[in-house]
Amino acid sequence: MQKITLESLVEKAVSLLENGTVTSVLGWKKGEFDYDITPAVFESADELKKDFVWNDFCGANFSKYLVSKTCKSEGKILVFLKPCDTYSFNQLLTEHRFDREKVYAVGIPCEGMADINKVKEVVGDGISKIESNGDDLVVTTIYEDAPVKVTCKDVLAERCVNCKSKRHVAYDELLGEEGEVIASERFDEVERLEKMTPEERFAFWQNELSKCIRCNACRDVCPACTCEKCVFDNPNSGVENKAASNSFEEKMFHIIRAFHVAGRCTDCGECSRVCPQNIPLHLLNRKFIKDINEFYGEYQAGAEVGLRAPLVDYTLEDLEPGEVFDRRDNNA
Amino acid sequence: MQIKEYKPLIVAFCCNWCSYAGADLAGNNRLNYPAEVKIIRVPCSCRVNPMFILRAFQRGADGVIICGCHPGDCHYTSGNYYTRRRMALLFSMLDFLGIERERTRVEWVSAAEGAKFATTMNDFVEKVASLGENKRLEDLRCKR
Repeated sequence: MQKITLESLVEKAVSLLENGTVTSVLGWKKGEFDYDITPAVFESADELKKDFVWNDFCGANFSKYLVSKTCKSEGKILVFLKPCDTYSFNQLLTEHRFDREKVYAVGIPCEGMADINKVKEVVGDGISKIESNGDDLVVTTIYEDAPVKVTCKDVLAERCVNCKSKRHVAYDELLGEEGEVIASERFDEVERLEKMTPEERFAFWQNELSKCIRCNACRDVCPACTCEKCVFDNPNSGVENKAASNSFEEKMFHIIRAFHVAGRCTDCGECSRVCPQNIPLHLLNRKFIKDINEFYGEYQAGAEVGLRAPLVDYTLEDLEPGEVFDRRDNNA
Repeated sequence: MQIKEYKPLIVAFCCNWCSYAGADLAGNNRLNYPAEVKIIRVPCSCRVNPMFILRAFQRGADGVIICGCHPGDCHYTSGNYYTRRRMALLFSMLDFLGIERERTRVEWVSAAEGAKFATTMNDFVEKVASLGENKRLEDLRCKR
């Protein structure tokens, strides 16, 4: 259940379009299903009134879209940012990836987004309609006559259960109320894995990563992955596509993907949201975040514009790579 | 039938200014280190992209060691400080994925430390040999 209403968002977008502040609006639009919400660009009030949606499935982080949208257009673009999106927004600004002058950012509060897979676990397949009703989602399926009620809290996405912040770190205008940074328990799962034996960890990751179909969705959606030329598009790498030759074959892709965003990942969780195979990719990113926090001091990417990322920095007293393990063994 | 004796394949990335000269000194002094160590000369230890390491493993290396100048002695002033951070994170990640941590190592070897180079390599090869073949990080697509 979202506190801010669809009407207030559309009203804000229409008024900004009509008074000429912005020329286009980056928002959400219904895809094939009610839960399949895709990002879309709106250019008129009519389009907004007809197609704009705001519900518990509007998880998409718009920050990355600003890179292509601001380099092409002349006018300003209105973007709606949830608290976690504002971190990516700041991180991209830090890296000079888009033009701040061409963006009008409206911060909107977020009560956490629903995970359609969790909904499906409760109601099963064949969902034809989902409506929000107070704290519940009313789900109609093609197999049942009566709609099923699901409490929003029970189907919150993992990243929202472990939400790190409800505070916006960047905006031009804020709708609704400002939240607080939350002391989340997001590293618990990483710690659980760390406590396993290497054999168990290998088995866990082999099981997860062998599901990978190399669709590259995690890379394409990641707000930190904005290189125009990507190493994974190299046809000479020998690993550019899936060949199903051994079951842990995509580890290089996943290690490198996580390493390329290490220190820049804001932990927005988009990678896990878009994964069609439901691989917990955020755990790899969180492992890097956790290590960086432990070794080089607390660091939250995107908390401010202009922060120096830990991997482009050093101190004379840094930990030696061999000491990492001694330290962990002593703690365990 | 002849049973082929298992010999590990070790890739050593050595920086041009310290460790490569250190390896040279070990050779000049007739210090033994295993022939399974294949040295790749890089301009600086920070030239080693984490992808190089994974690539070596994918193509069948059993262990990868990175040698550079001692912190503070880098020819380019600060290169090895970056290496230190990157490799600490990368090796921690490999451990997180369940890869044996003895397969990777960073060692600082100066141009005057021929003996240290030889003992380091002997020790590293012995450790890797005891782990056996690298099965967890290999990739059949990349093996020739």
